Amino acid sequence: MYKSSNSTCPSTFVIIFLIKDILPEEIQQQIVRETFHLVLKRDDNICNFLEGGSLIGGSDYKLIYRHYATLYFVFCVDSSESELGILDLIQVFVETLDKCFENVCELDLIFHMDKVHYILQEVVMGGMVLETNMNEIVAQMEAQNRLEKSEGGLSAAPARAVSAVKNINLPEIPRNINIGDLNIKVPNLSQFV
Amino acid sequence: MPAVSKGDGMRGLAVFISDIRNCKSKEAEIKRINKELANIRSKFKGDKALDGYSKKKYVCKLLFIFLLGHDIDFGHMEAVNLLSSNKYTEKQIGYLFISVLVNSNSELIRLINNAIKNDLASRNPTFMCLALHCIANVGSREMGEAFAADIPRILVAGDSMDSVKQSAALCLLRLYKASPDLVPMGEWTARVVHLLNDQHMGVVTAAVSLITCLCKKNPDDFKTCISLAVSRLSRIVSSASTDLQDYTYYFVPAPWLSVKLLRLLQCYPPPEDAAVKGRLVECLETVLNKAQEPPKSKKVQHSNAKNAILFETISLIIHYDSEPNLLVRACNQLGQFLQHRETNLRYLALESMCTLASSEFSHEAVKTHIDTVINALKTERDVSVRQRAADLLYAMCDRSNAKQIVSEMLRYLETADYAIREEIVLKVAILAEKYAVDYSWYVDTILNLIRIAGDYVSEEVWYRVLQIVTNRDDVQGYAAKTVFEALQAPACHENMVKVGGYILGEFGNLIAGDPRSSPPVQFSLLHSKFHLCSVATRALLLSTYIKFINLFPETKATIQGVLRAGSQLRNADVELQQRAVEYLTLSSVASTDVLATVLEEMPPFPERESSILAKLKRKKGPGAGSALDDGRRDPSSNDINGGVEPTPSTVSTPSPSADLLGLRAAPPPAAPPAPSGAGNLLVDVFSDGPAAQPGLGPSAEEAFLSELEPPAPESPMALLADPAPAADPGPEDIGPPIPEADELLNKFVCKNNGVLFENQLLQIGVKSEFRQNLGRMYLFYGNKTSVQFQNFSPTVVHPGDLQTQLAVQTKRVAAQVDGGAQVQQVLNIECLRDFLTPPLLSVRFRYGGAPQSLTLKLPVTINKFFQPTEMAAQDFFQRWKQLSLPQQEAQKIFKANHPMDAEVTKAKLLGFGSALLDNVDPNPENFVGAGIIQTKALQVGCLLRLEPNAQAQMYRLTLRTSKEPVSRHLCELLAQQF
Repeated sequence: MYKSSNSTCPSTFVIIFLIKDILPEEIQQQIVRETFHLVLKRDDNICNFLEGGSLIGGSDYKLIYRHYATLYFVFCVDSSESELGILDLIQVFVETLDKCFENVCELDLIFHMDKVHYILQEVVMGGMVLETNMNEIVAQMEAQNRLEKSEGGLSAAPARAVSAVKNINLPEIPRNINIGDLNIKVPNLSQFV
Repeated sequence: MPAVSKGDGMRGLAVFISDIRNCKSKEAEIKRINKELANIRSKFKGDKALDGYSKKKYVCKLLFIFLLGHDIDFGHMEAVNLLSSNKYTEKQIGYLFISVLVNSNSELIRLINNAIKNDLASRNPTFMCLALHCIANVGSREMGEAFAADIPRILVAGDSMDSVKQSAALCLLRLYKASPDLVPMGEWTARVVHLLNDQHMGVVTAAVSLITCLCKKNPDDFKTCISLAVSRLSRIVSSASTDLQDYTYYFVPAPWLSVKLLRLLQCYPPPEDAAVKGRLVECLETVLNKAQEPPKSKKVQHSNAKNAILFETISLIIHYDSEPNLLVRACNQLGQFLQHRETNLRYLALESMCTLASSEFSHEAVKTHIDTVINALKTERDVSVRQRAADLLYAMCDRSNAKQIVSEMLRYLETADYAIREEIVLKVAILAEKYAVDYSWYVDTILNLIRIAGDYVSEEVWYRVLQIVTNRDDVQGYAAKTVFEALQAPACHENMVKVGGYILGEFGNLIAGDPRSSPPVQFSLLHSKFHLCSVATRALLLSTYIKFINLFPETKATIQGVLRAGSQLRNADVELQQRAVEYLTLSSVASTDVLATVLEEMPPFPERESSILAKLKRKKGPGAGSALDDGRRDPSSNDINGGVEPTPSTVSTPSPSADLLGLRAAPPPAAPPAPSGAGNLLVDVFSDGPAAQPGLGPSAEEAFLSELEPPAPESPMALLADPAPAADPGPEDIGPPIPEADELLNKFVCKNNGVLFENQLLQIGVKSEFRQNLGRMYLFYGNKTSVQFQNFSPTVVHPGDLQTQLAVQTKRVAAQVDGGAQVQQVLNIECLRDFLTPPLLSVRFRYGGAPQSLTLKLPVTINKFFQPTEMAAQDFFQRWKQLSLPQQEAQKIFKANHPMDAEVTKAKLLGFGSALLDNVDPNPENFVGAGIIQTKALQVGCLLRLEPNAQAQMYRLTLRTSKEPVSRHLCELLAQQF
């Protein structure tokens, strides 16, 4: 499950993934709000783990987050996951977003929240790590894309309209947000064998 | 080409989203949303059937509105309709909506389940994956009931696609976590284990997650996964194989899978198979070695992934806790991380080291990092890291560094976050008590705690200091002096007043000689705080005042004046008023003698588990107190600084029902004893109290024992010729006792002769006799084979403290035992003091070249040194009453394991060593016995009573002795005989 919050600070987004049971809607909202305030006031050079309070289900749970420019990606995990492993997983997710959207920016995440969900579902399923191989995830998304194209027909037409809409928003938020150092190439296996 | 076609979306949705984004205010946003909701509602309700695309678009809009934080109460039906669409995109949106907005409407669930069922059966992998994702995301019980049986089939089916298998494994895991009872175990479990060999790394990763969870419940079913996991891990770590596909992440081969495999291995003890274990140790060493290699990339992702594996490796090493070499390497590695510039690594290193500290192999190695950890506590900017540092200091604390650690934690307390102060206070209190060699240091530490963080010092902590001071007379004077000085501070915390009031009331006399702390000075100092305190504290102070009247008769007039004051006698608080009235009357009607008896110094508190520790455990969950539970590292600590349990009625119970003159004092059994001759009203107060009279305890016991004959004066050692040299191997040289050792031992509790052990090779017979605190035992070792045993060496080992409790001298036996022959070994035994564990007999020899070894428990139990004592019913009851402190009694109610035959029972009790006393118990069915345990250092009188209940086939066994551990131990030994 992912939720975004931009309630107080328009240029900062928090995206939260709850690796946890489904909670009542109000509690979800409260968690999003409080987590937003928690991570926002943290410096960059302190650690990326926040120990669970009562809010997220007790001491067995941790918030693990990464900060990319204006975006925070926060995972809430229990003690069965490796902390550093989750940090890497966030990186995989973000790099995958970047590949799928070609230079991802937060507008992509807003206008294509369904797509973001699909990508997330390829990485995490029911709160458990499903796939960590970026190429595999991208291949899945490409396959979906082809299916969508083949079904698209008439409804696929108004592409230009959307980009026009996006351009309206340009002054508000810089179009290209540099998300970490995403430009490195993922090494291929062949280099190692 | 981007994998997501940005343009081919839904136009209406994009327009709607940008409308929302252009809203200038929250109100405008809500208005726009309500307009849209009304629009969608009318579209859904309209007569015209919507086409798939429109449905998809509206459902997607609803989803967006929901994610903005608004309630959505319709649209579920349309989403369910989308599920049965043949178009992938429509189905996908339907599933997304269902996954995000679960609805418990049962009609809908039936429809959803139906759609899922169709998709699972469709043999279209994409659809199957969508369905599996949906089940996993919802994970409800209803879905479990509907699909738990199907998914294992999909998971192990030969023709399932890899992506389907992957999803099925996790889906099953999710259902299992939600409702384990719904997932049937079956023949598929074995096949799941073999997924660890799968070609596709993604399938393996998912399968490892599943197995890790399943094997916690049924470890045996999945045992075969160990060797598979090890070989998989080994292939990844050595990276020689080609099956890594694209699972290499920033130059690190398959980090997630490695982590998962290492986690799986942590569910099991070290592999038994030597080859597997060797391979695993090799892997672990490789990982540790790689950590020292220069990084292959400067990117943080590279070191992150590498370290994720490293930390998991270290966790596994700590879990095994059996390879000292690896443990120390792990500790050194963590030591490097403690100073790493990455905060995340420092945090994790502190966390891992905390568990490492409790291993006996690495405890010392962890301690070498104390300065770094203290520095972290002082300088880390991140509170979570500081918290970990405090935890680690607590875990690494022992007698050698306790003072340093406690003082650092006290210093940290001054600046610590409010949220963690109470926990730090508890930890400091526990460490100070546990490792106090010098109790004045302990008192200083606790008073400092109150000074620095008085608000966070809970009742348990200050009760505890009072108990310890009461129980240890060497520190009472110091405590009185210190609290007196502390109270002189112009502002002191109320907890300080409580502690001060109590201690001065008990032990103020110890400092009264000094004119600077003369009785009137003490009183006026306490009374100057009186008016600022809460009711509970004032009640406590009133009790201190009445104690003062007894301690310092010269203060009587002043104190009576205070009690008589209207503010006390007519206080609105009923407890204060009652205390004032009663104390005033008591001080004027009672004679000095009576007053002295009533207000006598508190008797020692019974020793039990520390309640502070219990509180810390409650706060932190199990495991938090591990450093302290860990008796093996510091076995003596429990004896020296044994726990004391505060009873609920200790100190200042403001409840009006508190015992009238038990004052704030006492747990019921500790009520001050009244002189038996004084027949005035004060005695009446106590006469219906519990019969316990601890004040009489020790003397009564002496009287009991003095009637019994003293130990025989003749020296036993004269009998011993050529005692074997003290060649006892250390306990680390012998194996643990064989599993049946306890059972074998039990056979000998009530008898002295018999066969102790027998297998195909060897028979060991025992003949023994005991007198007073001495015993002689003959062991007969019979070689049952026709081949000679070589290097035959039986030795007796004293585990733990037993060395000081029991002396066993053995004669050496011939190193060869011929086939069919028997050798005899004589053991001379002297019981020095009471003991709980029997000595171990370790037998080693070579049979046909193969070394054999065997460890048994030697049938020497404390009851062997029992001397039966005959006594009349009256004497018995008198002694029974004298031993009535709760800790002197041990009782067990248990089911009969053998037929309940009175004669057999009698024989067993006599064999156990006690005398059987007839005509004592009013019920003739019951057995009553008495005896004394003879040891060199002391004698322990024991009384026992066994009540059979033939109907229920149960027994109740009660033991009373003058030593608590003896009561318990005898009770356990004897209870297993019936």
